Amino acid sequence: MSTNIHRLSVAGKLLESRVIVGTGKYETLDVMRESLDASGTSCVTVAVRREKLYDRDGKNLLDYIDLKRYTLLPNTAGCFNAKDAVRVARMGREILSDLGNPGADWVKLEVLGDTKTLLPDPVATLEACQRLVEDGFKVLCYTSDCPIMAVRLKSAGAASVMPAASPIGSGQGILNPNNLKIILEYLKSDDPDYPVIIDAGVGTASDVAEVFELGADGVLLNTAIAHARDPIMMASAVRNSAIAGRQAYLAGRIPKRLYAMASSPEEGVITSRPW
Amino acid sequence: MDRSKLHSVIALDMVEFEFNGTPHKSPPQTTVAGLLESLGIEYRFCAVEVNEEILPKAQYSIYEVKPGDRIEVVTLVGGG
Repeated sequence: MSTNIHRLSVAGKLLESRVIVGTGKYETLDVMRESLDASGTSCVTVAVRREKLYDRDGKNLLDYIDLKRYTLLPNTAGCFNAKDAVRVARMGREILSDLGNPGADWVKLEVLGDTKTLLPDPVATLEACQRLVEDGFKVLCYTSDCPIMAVRLKSAGAASVMPAASPIGSGQGILNPNNLKIILEYLKSDDPDYPVIIDAGVGTASDVAEVFELGADGVLLNTAIAHARDPIMMASAVRNSAIAGRQAYLAGRIPKRLYAMASSPEEGVITSRPW
Repeated sequence: MDRSKLHSVIALDMVEFEFNGTPHKSPPQTTVAGLLESLGIEYRFCAVEVNEEILPKAQYSIYEVKPGDRIEVVTLVGGG
C-alpha cells in the first residue's frame, strides 16, 4: 500500500485522488473546470464524438482541461456492441497519442445493453475487454454488480473492474452492497492491491463515503456533481467524503449490535434503578 | 462553354464521399489535411478514420480522399 492512503494505484500509475470525475453535463465548461478542481481528482473521463461542423463555438473541451494535471480516461459511452467499442477506444487513443497524456492507452470500457437501463451487455463487454487487452489497452471496465462477471473481466485482463452502484445517472446510490462486498472479496482475496472502482449511480457525498467504507479503491462519478444545484460545492463534498470513507474503512467500523452498550462507566454511579 | 456545362464539368470532377455520416464533395486531390483545413478542424484534438481504419496523423497530408470513402473525424467531448 502506498504511504498516502488517498492515492489510487491503477494500470501501473499512481493517481493522487481516489475519485475519478466525468466531464459531461456541466452547465458550462468553466463550471466543469472549477468542479474538477474542487473534487481533488487527478483523472477525468471524456467521450469520443464526431466533430461538429455547425454551431461550433470554437471551444474544445481540452482547452479547459490541464493535460499535465489530469490523466484523461476516454470512454466508449454510446457503444452497444464490441466492434464499435474497440473502434471508439482506438480513436480515443489516437486523439491522445501525441498529447503526452498518460491516459493515452487507457480506456473506460462500457458496452451497453439498452438505452433505457444503460446496463452493460455482459457478453459484448467481455469480448471487447479481451480484444482491447490484446491490443495493448489498459482497460478499466464498467460492469454490473454481478460478482461472476467481475471475476471473468479480471481474468480477461481488465486493469480495473468497475461495478455500478446503480444505473448510470440514476443517483440511487449503492443498491446491492452485498454484491459489491462479494466482488471485493473475490477480486482481492489473492491480490489485495487489485483496484476495484465503483462506477455509476452515485447520488451524493454519503454514497461516496459508503463506497469507500465497503473497501472499494476508487469511485467514478459525473452526474452527482454536474447536476447538483451547486456542482462546485458538491465536488468539494465528494472530495471530503472520499477521504472520510477511506479513513473510516482503514480505521475499521465497530460491529453492529442489537442492544445498547453504555459509553459511560457502570462503576461509581450514584443513582438507583427501579428494578 | 455555357454556365450549365461548366457546372456539370465541375460536378463530375468533384470527389463524392461520406464525411461523418453525411454526403460531402471535395475537389480532386484533396488530402485529409486539406479537408480538415477547409472545415476549420484543429489537428491537435482529433482522430481520423478512413473506411473504419485509423489514418495516422503523418498520413493526413499524403492521403487523398477517394470517391466513396467513409471518413470519420472525431474529437473528445465531455462524458462520464
